Amino acid sequence: MAFTAFSATSKAVEQAPKKRGWIALILLAPGIAYMLLFFVAPFIQLAITSLQAPAEGNGIGQYVAALQFSNYWAAVQEYWPQLLRSFVYSIIATIIGLLISYPVAYLIGVKVRGKPMLQGILLILVVAPFFISQLLRTLAWKSILPTDFIGTDGSVIFGLIYNFIPFMVLPMFASLQALDLRLVEAGSDLYGSPVTVFRRVTLPLSMPGIVSGTLLSFIPMSGDFVVASRQFLGSVDTAMIGNVIESNFLQTQNYPMAAALSIVLMIIILIMVATYVRRSGAEDLL
Amino acid sequence: MNHRFSLGKLFVPVIGAIVLIYLLLPIAYVVIFSFNARRGRNNIEWHGFSLDAWHNPCGAPQVCQAFGNSILVGVVATVVATVLGTLIAIALVRYKFRGRSTISLLLFTPMATPEVVLGAGLAAQFLLAGVEKGIGTIILAHIMFCISYVVVAVKARVASLDPSIEEAGRDLYGSPMQVFWRVTFPMLLPGIIGAALLSFALSFDDFIITNFNSGTATTFPKFIYVSALKGVPAQANVLASIVFFGALLLVIIVQMVNINKQKRLARA
Repeated sequence: MAFTAFSATSKAVEQAPKKRGWIALILLAPGIAYMLLFFVAPFIQLAITSLQAPAEGNGIGQYVAALQFSNYWAAVQEYWPQLLRSFVYSIIATIIGLLISYPVAYLIGVKVRGKPMLQGILLILVVAPFFISQLLRTLAWKSILPTDFIGTDGSVIFGLIYNFIPFMVLPMFASLQALDLRLVEAGSDLYGSPVTVFRRVTLPLSMPGIVSGTLLSFIPMSGDFVVASRQFLGSVDTAMIGNVIESNFLQTQNYPMAAALSIVLMIIILIMVATYVRRSGAEDLL
Repeated sequence: MNHRFSLGKLFVPVIGAIVLIYLLLPIAYVVIFSFNARRGRNNIEWHGFSLDAWHNPCGAPQVCQAFGNSILVGVVATVVATVLGTLIAIALVRYKFRGRSTISLLLFTPMATPEVVLGAGLAAQFLLAGVEKGIGTIILAHIMFCISYVVVAVKARVASLDPSIEEAGRDLYGSPMQVFWRVTFPMLLPGIIGAALLSFALSFDDFIITNFNSGTATTFPKFIYVSALKGVPAQANVLASIVFFGALLLVIIVQMVNINKQKRLARA
């Protein structure tokens, strides 16, 4: 199912000169209006909420409009360990995930090319996890893994890697599937060792897949709160920023705190993603 | 040299196989534990084989209600998101207008935003508007994130259409409406169906955004999250297994049809 979005094998066709006109407006209006109302407006609302001050009388969940920028300072001061932990976990999980997913993508995209049946079966195996509840699968690990391991940094990272392997494999598969093997051959004809050919030909050509795969994993990982929660693979010592936002919003109803943390999380992700995309030279992906 | 070559040859399949086992092990576990004999509500240790949960999938309190809610949310959100997203995709590929890069950015950003931020933002919005959270707000939230994925999936399909086929339709005196419904739409349909399935899968399994915007309403993932502490009943495993095998069957059929089509094209 999900791979239809990634492995669009049909090539884009030269389109007729684009028309101008009011039809485009009619096509766009409902969807864009929806996104403004339920995506852009909530963001603005989040920014407004993050600056609110407690209402007089200190009722739980009661806040009034204000410009309390100190909320951000308070949020970072109180929760920097969880923020830091989220990014450390996510970076480690993304790197390990990339290292173990690349061979899978290579296997499906290059090694079994020309065997459509086998390729189809392997692809189905990769997307199979999408068909069964992610929460139940994460919970299954809690029973499979040794009890001592549950609740450690290791088990949370393990769970994060597990949940995002398909998101890693699919875009890399799409890139490797499109790799022209004659280029690899040319490399070895020119006396490049297998390692050199991989480093100089295969790897650069699969870069778009690597960049989208790592982003599709890293971003959701950094905001995840299921894996790290106590009911699943975490403990009180493994709380990530998602857990903090969730408990502040839904349990203690400290909306300004949750909102400020959300905005901080978003800003850090934007900076990291922008730096990463520029460094990897894949700007045209965005 | 020879030795290294064979090592390199084995490396990829071996790692590949290990990763696939890692990927599939919990699925097997979920399915196997749907046959676990009931002892209390706990479904963590194996108590012996039993078909009880399969005979009575709704036997645990609330599980079928949650499951039904998830299907309802998934269907409604998918229908709305697919229609809105398809219209946007057509406009983005086929028409020239000002602000298209802004619109692309607007559609891309939800996919690059952690769910916890999307969920908290919507919840803050509903709080301000005084909307009571429930099934309705879950649906509103799901439509939002599904639209982005539908646009991406359908856009690829629109961009792969050969405009000369539509031109032929117009040359044969088809009205714009006729050309759209008789030529363009049938060619877009596989892409639209793929987008709808993706959207349903995303909505059906979403937990984080749902958790922020559900109030007291329960969906299947939320049911699992809430009961995780006391133990998830085997009935949840049964329902998840049914969905799994159904989806698997569907995908296998689609794959077979595609492979056959490719074979026929190759022969032609």
